[in-house]
Amino acid sequence: MTAELDPVAPLDAPAAPRLDAREVAYRIRRHCVLMTGNANASHIGSSLSMADLLAVLYARFLRFDAARPDWTERDRFILSKGHGCAALYAVLAECGYFPVERLDTFYQDGSPLAGHATHKDMPGVEVSTGSLGHGLALATGMALATKRDGRSERFWAMVSDGECDEGSTWEAALFAPQHRLDNLAVIVDYNKIQSLGRVEEVLDLEPLADKWRAFGWATREIDGHDLGAIDAAFAAVPFEPGRPSCIVAHTVKGKGVSYMEDKLLYHYRAPRGEDLDKALAELDAAREAAR
Amino acid sequence: MRTAFLDTLYELAKADRRIVFVTGDLGFSVVERFMADLPDQFVNAGVAEQNMTSLAAGMALMGKVVFTYSIANFPTLRCLEQVRNDVCYHEANVKVIAVGGGFTYGAMGASHHATEELGVMRMMPGMVVVAPADPVEARAATRAIVAYDGPCYLRLGKAGEPNVHTGPIDFQLGRAITLRDGRDLTLISTGGMLGTAVAVANRLAERGVQTRVLSMHTLKPLDEEAVRAAARETGAIATLEQHSVIGGLGSAVAEVLAESNGERVRFRRIGVPSAFSERVGSQKWLEQYHRLDETGVLAQVEALLRA
Repeated sequence: MTAELDPVAPLDAPAAPRLDAREVAYRIRRHCVLMTGNANASHIGSSLSMADLLAVLYARFLRFDAARPDWTERDRFILSKGHGCAALYAVLAECGYFPVERLDTFYQDGSPLAGHATHKDMPGVEVSTGSLGHGLALATGMALATKRDGRSERFWAMVSDGECDEGSTWEAALFAPQHRLDNLAVIVDYNKIQSLGRVEEVLDLEPLADKWRAFGWATREIDGHDLGAIDAAFAAVPFEPGRPSCIVAHTVKGKGVSYMEDKLLYHYRAPRGEDLDKALAELDAAREAAR
Repeated sequence: MRTAFLDTLYELAKADRRIVFVTGDLGFSVVERFMADLPDQFVNAGVAEQNMTSLAAGMALMGKVVFTYSIANFPTLRCLEQVRNDVCYHEANVKVIAVGGGFTYGAMGASHHATEELGVMRMMPGMVVVAPADPVEARAATRAIVAYDGPCYLRLGKAGEPNVHTGPIDFQLGRAITLRDGRDLTLISTGGMLGTAVAVANRLAERGVQTRVLSMHTLKPLDEEAVRAAARETGAIATLEQHSVIGGLGSAVAEVLAESNGERVRFRRIGVPSAFSERVGSQKWLEQYHRLDETGVLAQVEALLRA
């Protein structure tokens, strides 16, 4: 499913030349559409809303070495919204953690590529998630241990907006500022739609950025699809010494495929048949237009 | 047991900087020395057991040996999914410690009666489950779970229990300790019921019934051979636990016996019915209420022997 993509040197070393984030975002989206379409799997909308954030992080900021997934001094990305794992698997494949062909096994019998992020037999996936409200706390523990050891690794956790309903997310949100974990950043993929409706209609999170600020996080709001804005925000982390950073990224569910954008349906429905072709055509057209 | 655990952990932590103690805001008057002397190895997670457990898993994944600590059901049931997904699924080197197993906090009410958590922890994949009988076993168990790389649950009583073991013990995870031998009956005890088991065995000995007493301090992995040998060699087994008769020691032993083809054995689970205690009271009072004191256990064992 990836044969027609141009070969690109993988992001396989901290010092390697970085890929173009826009191209990485395109590839993530393309993989996600194919993976969910071929598997008739859920959560394409949640995978597409985070694609640009993930692309900039892996292409430009995360310190890692795909040839050494256990490299102690790597930065860690923790996908707390485990249902968006298609995007994570895709970026890891593009970074060289495993062959892109492996993405074809998403959701398949006997495959490790589960429908929620899993670390078993999946190099580059730091932790398994899928139940919401776990990832930020896991990242917090990692950041605390690292800080106490005087080490320099950084920790990036991505949570969904629906996940901010979970009390455990706010337990971690209380803890991290108390321990001055400025080696920790949380990215909120604020696509405004959760499982059964719009966030504002289910449990309104507003004012969301102010909530994080009130909990003690140095917080910025950005357009989560503006690559320049994402880049500028990530480059400024930690926003304040002695505080964890929060990036509230305003995103669009299903971003990049017109008929999916801002649609609850695409929390569940997979692009099939003509829909699949249309999605790929739109992604390709956008890629060409940006060149 | 609590003091034995904390003293042992303090000594181990002084020599091993990987050890981190994370409390859910509990331990007033007993954890202060650890906090003062080993501040980089001490965390108060606040009254937030879910975060406590996940962050412990996160710290363990960075190379720490992490102890989470709270009372009764708080470090187990309150954060059960964090124990399952974050600790067990990641095979994280986290040791979950509960003070107040059974009816230790009997007068505090049903919220503080820890009577199901052994069974629940036993079901967690990869979890080692330990319930020491007295301070001697608690010290040995603390050392053993630090030496073991992986998830463990340690159920403690409170402070001030007497020692049941009068000399040194050979403590190995997954290996029952035989306190006395006998050919007529085996009492298999876990946790703080061991003293009662010994007392009942002494009473039975007065009338010529020779009782084998096993301290089954490790519920998982269970010493299955000790169970099968007890069935084969004594013909009658009663399990003794301050826990629901569902899911804990009694269930674990029953599972082994049911699959031991050819072993004919009389068997009884002595424990707490699967119901909330309708009355509160001291641990001693609740033991009487549930027929878990010496008299009550003796009567239940005699019924088994008559069967």
